[in-house]
Amino acid sequence: MAFLEIANLQKSFGSAHVVKDFSLGIDKGEFVSLLGPSGCGKTTVLRMVAGFETPSAGGIHIDGRDVVALRPNARNIGMVFQAYALFPNLTVAQNVGFGLKVAGVGRSEADARVTEMLALIGLPDLGGRYPFQLSGGQQQRVALARALAVRPKVLLLDEPLSALDAKIRVSLRSEIREIQQRLGITTIFVTHDQEEALSMSDRIVVMNGGVAEQVGTPFDIYNRPQTRFVAGFVGTLNAFEAVVTDPASGAVTLDGTPMELGQPLSVPSGARIGIALRPEAAHLGRAPGREVVLRGRITEVHFMGSVIRVRAEVAGVALSLDTFNRADTPPPPVGSETEISVAARDFIVLGR
Amino acid sequence: MGEMTEAITSAAPSKARRAAPIGPGRLLSWTLFIFGVLYFALPLIGMFEFSLRKRRGAYSFDAYTSVLGDPQFQATFSYSLIMSVVTIALGLLLVLPAALWVRIRLPAMRPVVEFITLLPLVIPVIVIAFGYLRMFNTSSFLPMTGTVMTTNLLLAFGYSTLALPYMYRAIDNGLRTLDVQTLTEAAQSLGAGWFTILFRIMLPNVFTAVLSGAFLTFSIVLGEYVFAALLDRPAFGPYMIWIGGNKAYEPAALAVIAFAITWGCMGLIQLAGRLAPHTRAAR
Ligand SMILES: Nc1ncnc2c1ncn2[C@@H]1O[C@H](COP(=O)(O)OP(=O)(O)O)[C@@H](O)[C@H]1O
Ligand SMILES: [Mg+2]
Repeated sequence: MAFLEIANLQKSFGSAHVVKDFSLGIDKGEFVSLLGPSGCGKTTVLRMVAGFETPSAGGIHIDGRDVVALRPNARNIGMVFQAYALFPNLTVAQNVGFGLKVAGVGRSEADARVTEMLALIGLPDLGGRYPFQLSGGQQQRVALARALAVRPKVLLLDEPLSALDAKIRVSLRSEIREIQQRLGITTIFVTHDQEEALSMSDRIVVMNGGVAEQVGTPFDIYNRPQTRFVAGFVGTLNAFEAVVTDPASGAVTLDGTPMELGQPLSVPSGARIGIALRPEAAHLGRAPGREVVLRGRITEVHFMGSVIRVRAEVAGVALSLDTFNRADTPPPPVGSETEISVAARDFIVLGR
Repeated sequence: MGEMTEAITSAAPSKARRAAPIGPGRLLSWTLFIFGVLYFALPLIGMFEFSLRKRRGAYSFDAYTSVLGDPQFQATFSYSLIMSVVTIALGLLLVLPAALWVRIRLPAMRPVVEFITLLPLVIPVIVIAFGYLRMFNTSSFLPMTGTVMTTNLLLAFGYSTLALPYMYRAIDNGLRTLDVQTLTEAAQSLGAGWFTILFRIMLPNVFTAVLSGAFLTFSIVLGEYVFAALLDRPAFGPYMIWIGGNKAYEPAALAVIAFAITWGCMGLIQLAGRLAPHTRAAR
């Protein structure tokens, strides 16, 4: 059994079935993200782990112990909220020390722990401030320190970065991840932002409509999405329709161009199948190793510095492709005809 | 008054307003303002002046020394003071958890609870008082009027009822400025129980609101007559009525003292709001 084991978890509010048969095992020290669109049940799963909601069915075990019947304040779980939720009447140090005081930890030990936590979040000198005197990013770091001070078994974060400015959001990502790894704390991170999930997690659970669509490493989720939803939700995707010519060998034609996808297909010959391409898998012009050449017309060029995002009409589809900037090759002009080369095995076959 | 002057000033053409700073609209609002000040201040000044005239031919504070030196005054005032402290504590213990619970767990019940807390304003005190006497007289199943202590307690319950509309609104308003749901969950996840949440998180954050509720309770208890008279307790309310019927200058002095206390309390609330380090007012 994993350190945190969620088994066949379900939750209904009245007639609304919000979480349907959700199962997940998380190892000790692992960082797992729940990723999905708003309303897919991420927060509800998290709140059941924290004890704020009672599951309609299913079990939750932490470190081998069934916690479903335990009250939230008996679960030894650290929680960080989108709205920071610092206690406005307490100073930063008192906020961080709150859980220790509740637990009856001795004064000197508590003070030492508070100092250690403030150093950990990089705010060693702000212990005497009140929450309203801090920026959003600082408040959220204090909230993290407060949650970690009691040395919880599991850390739960519910969209902790969503209320922050774009810049701080990005820098806090790596800060949170670094602290998590240093403490080796088992963590569930809820987000609707795929970049956050991809960049921070050991594993990602992509959720949709109350079920886990796919569980895997960021690399897996991005490169081998198993459902149409996952493929579309994570990353940018160019979807095409191809006609199957030989299911066993994975041969198809796309807009008359034959290609071998390199995997057997589960549809009969002559049927249509959805295939998709990441922007970085398409290449302007011909290149070795990219045997499929498609013709297209450039419709948009976005110069973004190191990356140039080009949109082209290919096989009746608006295709986005990314190329790296090179000082000796200016981007093609809009309206020009171009060749786009692809390695057939880079196509993602869209299943269900 | 504010709305009226606003309508008038905005009806005046804006060009004219810029050209002449003391236009007809502004003149009117000043007139109304001065009228308002006089309306409130004149009776007060008159009363104060009257209260100084106890000694024939000269102004003096004789009425004040007479009131303050009256053992009856001292006894009834301290009795009511203690009663108001008990009432405030009772009201707080009753209202704070209830208001919090409604906000967190039963938001749908809010209109019902608000209605219930308004009932004491609708039902005449005399009705409640007679209800109490019926329920708790010496031959009832719970003879609370049997001893002095239990009668005092009954009186405090009665006062809490009267203060309920103000106490509930004050505290509920205070809670509204907080994200009580998330704060409660944050505290719970840190191991806190309800007692800690109520008294270490919620109470300090609604302290100014509680203080204004407490102050309203205090003034209600000081002035309340019906309960105290029917339960026959030596409270300040009946004393004021008595002195009003039997003395000339002392009632005016008493009224001025009451005003001073009222304003003192208001000042204290302001001060508390400003001194609380975490409130936004400190910014
Ligand atoms: N206490 C509740 N009562 C009724 N419906 C709820 C409650 N909490 C959440 N829901 C519903 O459950 C669904 C999932 O909510 P949530 O878990 O918050 O989604 P997410 O965090 O993924 O955005 C939403 O449709 C929401 O309206
Ligand atoms: Mg959510």
